[in-house]
Formats: sequence, C-alpha cells, structure tokens
Amino acid sequence: MVKAEHNTPTAGDITAANPHMRARGVNVYYGGKQAIFSVSVDIGRNEVLAMIGPSGCGKSTFLRCLNRMNDTIPNCRMDGEVTLDGDDIYGGKLDVVELRARVGMVFQKPNPFPKSIYDNVAYGPRLHGLVQGRAQTDEIVQKSLHRTGLWAEVKDDLGKAATGLSGGQQQRLCIARAIAVSPEVILMDEPCSSLDPIATARIEELIDELRRHYAIVIVTHSMQQAARVSQRTAYFHLGRLIEVGPTPEIFTRPQHELTENYLTGRFG
Amino acid sequence: MPTVLLFAAVLAPVALGYFFGRRWALGAGGRRVPGHFGIFVGLCALLPGLAVLALWLALEERVVTAMAAAALPAGLAGLPAERLALVMNQVANIAAGTVAAQSEAMAAAAAHYRALGGYAQLLMPLAVAAAAAAGFMAGRRMLRADFAARSAVERIVLALFMVCSCAAILTTVGIVLSVLFETLRFFEKVSPAEFLFGLEWSPQTAIRQDQVGASGSFGAVPVFAGTLLITVIAMAVAAPLGLLSAVYLAEYAPRRVRAVAKPLLELLAGIPTVVYGFFAALTVAPLVRDGGAWLGLTAASESALAAGLVMGVMIIPFVSSLSDDVISAVPAALRDGSLGLGATRSETIRRVVLPAALPGIAGSLLLAVSRAIGETMIVVMAAGLAARLTANPLDAVTTVTVQIVTLLTGDQEFDSAKTLAAFALGLLLFLVTLIMNLIALFIVRRYRENYE
Repeated sequence: MVKAEHNTPTAGDITAANPHMRARGVNVYYGGKQAIFSVSVDIGRNEVLAMIGPSGCGKSTFLRCLNRMNDTIPNCRMDGEVTLDGDDIYGGKLDVVELRARVGMVFQKPNPFPKSIYDNVAYGPRLHGLVQGRAQTDEIVQKSLHRTGLWAEVKDDLGKAATGLSGGQQQRLCIARAIAVSPEVILMDEPCSSLDPIATARIEELIDELRRHYAIVIVTHSMQQAARVSQRTAYFHLGRLIEVGPTPEIFTRPQHELTENYLTGRFG
Repeated sequence: MPTVLLFAAVLAPVALGYFFGRRWALGAGGRRVPGHFGIFVGLCALLPGLAVLALWLALEERVVTAMAAAALPAGLAGLPAERLALVMNQVANIAAGTVAAQSEAMAAAAAHYRALGGYAQLLMPLAVAAAAAAGFMAGRRMLRADFAARSAVERIVLALFMVCSCAAILTTVGIVLSVLFETLRFFEKVSPAEFLFGLEWSPQTAIRQDQVGASGSFGAVPVFAGTLLITVIAMAVAAPLGLLSAVYLAEYAPRRVRAVAKPLLELLAGIPTVVYGFFAALTVAPLVRDGGAWLGLTAASESALAAGLVMGVMIIPFVSSLSDDVISAVPAALRDGSLGLGATRSETIRRVVLPAALPGIAGSLLLAVSRAIGETMIVVMAAGLAARLTANPLDAVTTVTVQIVTLLTGDQEFDSAKTLAAFALGLLLFLVTLIMNLIALFIVRRYRENYE
C-alpha cells in the first residue's frame, strides 16, 4: 500500500496496450494557480477510461486538455505533451479545428443548439465539408441518430426544435452530434449528471456500444458508473493523478491509500 | 397659513389613527404586531382625507366661479355663455388684483368672488379633516380581536400600488384620446383618403377667400416618404456599425477594452439630440453638399443624407448595446458545443451564436427604427422643410416630426385644417411606432422562451 503523500508518482500502470492518445507530464495553470500537476496517462483504442475523484480534483480540466477546450478559457496555460496517434496536439502540426473534429466532446449539461434536431446532427458534417447535398446529409444524420438509439424516437420530428426533447434525449442528441463528424476519441464530461436513472442507464448502454468504434474518456462522479462502463479507471486527487489501472483492480485492490479512502467513502 | 392648516388637517387624524390603532392592539392582548393595527387605522384616516382634498382642488374653482356667476349684479346677469365666460375671467382677474375694475358692477362681482374664495379656503381644511375623522371612526369600528389587520393593510397598499401603475397607462390613454379627437376634427375638413394617399403636402389655409395658395393640400405620403428615406439611411449606418461593434464587444474584445468601450458607446446615447442636430447642420450637411459638388452631383445644402448619417450615428448605441447584451446572454454551453465539434470562433459566431441571438438582435434593430422614426431635432436642423416625394438622398426632404413642429410653432388657430393636420400626422406616427414596438416586443418574448 502506497502512503497518502501527494507528490508520489502515479500508482498502477499508466500505459495502455494500444494507445490512441498519450499525455505526458501535463501541467495546467489558471493564472498563477496550478490546477494539474504532471499527469501522464494513455488512452487506449476501443476502451473506456473513467476518471474519478472528488470535486475540484482537476479531472474535467485534464479532460479539456485532450481537445484543447481549455484554450477558450482566458488565463489558462498548460505545458507537457499530449499526442494523438503520435502527433503532438499542442505542436504546430495539428490544427486545433482538426483536433476537435477528431477528439469530440460531450458536456455535462446537454447543450443542443437552438435549431432543429436534423440541423443539430448535421452541424458538424456541414462545417467540415463531410457531406455534399441532401442525400449524404440525410444518411449521416440517420446513421448518427441510429447509433445513439434516438432514431426511432425522433424520426418523425427531425424538423422540430431540439430544445423540445427531454434531458436524456437531448444528451443522446449531443452524442449523435459528436459522432456525426466521425471522431476517433470522445470525451465525456459527467454526461449523466443532469439525467434521471433511466436516461442514465440508456447512456451507459450507449457508451458500451460506442466503445467498438471509438476511444472514450468519461469523467464521472459516480463510482458505480465508472465500474459499470469503464475498462480502465484513473483516480485524481487535488490535481494529481494518484492511481490508474484496469477498473476491476482499482475497485477491488487499490494500491494507493487515497484511492482506497475515496472508494470506501471516507471522503469525496 | 392655510397650507399648514391643510397639512394638519390631513396628517393629524392619520397620526392619531396610528397611535390609537397601536394602543388598541397592545391593549387587546398584543397577540399580533400592533404596528399593523396602527397603520390600518392611519390609512383609514388618510385615504378619505386625500380623496376629499383631491376632489376639492379639482372642483373648487369651477364651483366658486359658478356661484359668483349666479350672483352677478343685475347689470351683468343674463349674458350668453361665451360673454359670461369672458366676464367671469375678468372678474377673477380683478379679484386677484391684476386688473382694475372698470365699473361698479364689476367691482361688486369681484368682491363677492373674493369672499367666496376666502370661504372655500377656510372650508377646505375643515372638509378634509371631517373626511379624515370619518375614516378614522370607520376604521376604529372595524377593530375586533379577530380582525386581520395585516392582510387589510396589505390589500390597501396593493390597491395603492395599482393606482400608481395606472398613472402611466392613463396618461398614455389621455394622450391618444386628445390626439384622436383633434384628428377626427381634422378629418371633418379633409377626407382620410386624401390624407393617407395624397401625393402633395402643402398645408396652407387661406385667411381671405381670394388669397394666393388658398387651397392647401394635405397628402401625407411625401412626408412619410421623407421619414422612410431618412430612417433607411440611418439604419444603413446604424445596423452594420452597431451589429459589428456588438459582435466585437461580446465575442472578441478583451475584458479591459470592453469595460472602457461599452460605456463610451453608451455615452453616444446621452448626447442631446439638438447637439447632434447642429453637428449635422453645420458640419455634415456642408460636407455632403461639397462632396456632391465634387462628384458632379447637385446636392441641397440641407439633405436627407446628412440628417440620416448623423441620425444613424446617434442610434448606434441602441443597436450595439442591446445586441451586445443579447449576444452575451447566449449560453456559453452553446459556444463550447460548437467549438467542441471543431468549429472556428467565427463559424461558431455565425452559425450558432448569432442565430440564437437573432430575435433579440431584431428587437434591438426595431427599437432603433422606432427611435429614428420619432427623432425630430436632427431632421429639423439638417434635412430641410420641403415636402418632396423623392428617393434621392441628396435632396432636401421633410419628415413627419418636422412637419408637426412647424405646424404647431408660432401663433396658430386651433380650428384650421393646417393646425389640426399636425394631430393627424401625430396619430399616424404613433400608430406606426406602436406597431414597430409591438413587433419588437413579440420577437423578444419569443426569444426568451428559447432556452427554457
């Protein structure tokens, strides 16, 4: 058992067998305040990596580093290296627009655009010129909605405002919107935190299905959810990655005292 | 002295009522907040007192005049109504000491009038005090152990609030009605069809039958065309400048720039329009004329373009400030959603932020249009007075507001079509801006429901 010291190196195995993204020594600062301390972790192909930890531990901040969404926050600065298929995403080679098309994101609160359901899904493909003409757009919209299980529910209402859907449907629409641009990695920031248990179960099923095509990183407050959907779990504490490893091992045999304390409900 | 008496007459019963109510509540076991009982009895005394005071002030002069008229000395009695009004006016002036009496009878009438006024002055505080006392007694009788003083007070105060909120509405109704009646009188002289569709505007009426230009024509089309032309020019300036500055302020400007630039822009709205007016007349209009001459175009020295340009600058803050608020109110989650899909900042603004903010932006534009239509000073000073049906911005044109001003300034008779035309123009203008505002309101309301 590793003692509860904050600046010990990450316990467990940070590497994945078949890494799609790698983060090495990532530090993030908000103004003068450091929020993330030297986090290194791999994200494997076709796996779900769950990031858990108490509120304010930096898991969302780290998640947003993976598609450079932190760029939109003034005063936010990062160093370290993040690669996608071996290319440094913060180097000049990969444009941030292309990066975000390849690393999609689903947010905590469903945020459909105030447009029709159809236009929400078609937004990304149109933007990136992936579709020409109505037929291709129809096809990609239908495919994306199918994949999120939303097709049967909305196929007659594609022209209606997306904001009229229920919370769970809105979130699945946002996932459909994200996969419509054929990303390689999907980042999910507490995607179920504003949903009821039934909608949550639906999304969790969906995540499991999506794993066949995409690498998924999910931030969650629910340890049960992490246990249910993920293959690997990373535990964050006060901006540090304390421990990472296969989910069953983390939950049954945590190596670090802080991980164990969190999982047994002693804090967090 | 009567003023002090009056205050005493109103306030003494109120104070008395308050303390009585409080004492009573304290004596009755102090089960509830005694202040409420005090306020209740105080209000019971205050409201009848104020009501009587208001009535008295409204009616006093009329009653006194009527009584004095009834008691006119024999030499002056039995006059026709118009003469009587004139005589009574004179009597009032003599009584006030501004005019000397010209006859015995007039002097006597004035003395009587003054005496009546004196009685009224004395009686008023008494009447007010009596009403207040009656209210006090009525309030006192309602005090029972199970009387819900707080809810009674709240009901009374609520009613007072309602009366206050009605004041503005009633004023609007009053304005509309007064304009409406004058307009109806105008339409007795000029047919509505001629007014609405006539293509010539030269509002003259002859004083003598054989006068040159004796036939006036009251076609409002050229006047409204002038308003339309200037409004279009103004919006052509204000809409792009205002919207682009709103987008810059809301989306791109660093926080420090925004903190300085936004108040500065709003300062534009605080400049008196007359100042814009002489800027337009003395600086911009000659520039337009010289510029036109340089290009080989003939431009009037007062032109629609000059007035429209300056008016456009004036209404920029209406567009930019409101649109900026609307754009800033678009939830950050929508921006994140678009950026997260790989949209650039400008794509996000064009495809998500602006469409989401569009109803609010339209509202701000319509508000600016209303402002431009109603604006007077700039056009009076810089656009000229000639009612010409033209689409050439270099010509002098006139607008509805300018015509109203020129029709109603100076000595006027209030029963000629010329003067009454101003009211018809005013009513039509009011209707146009009302419709614009309703549309704006409707759009803004729909926008509010968007993020629920």
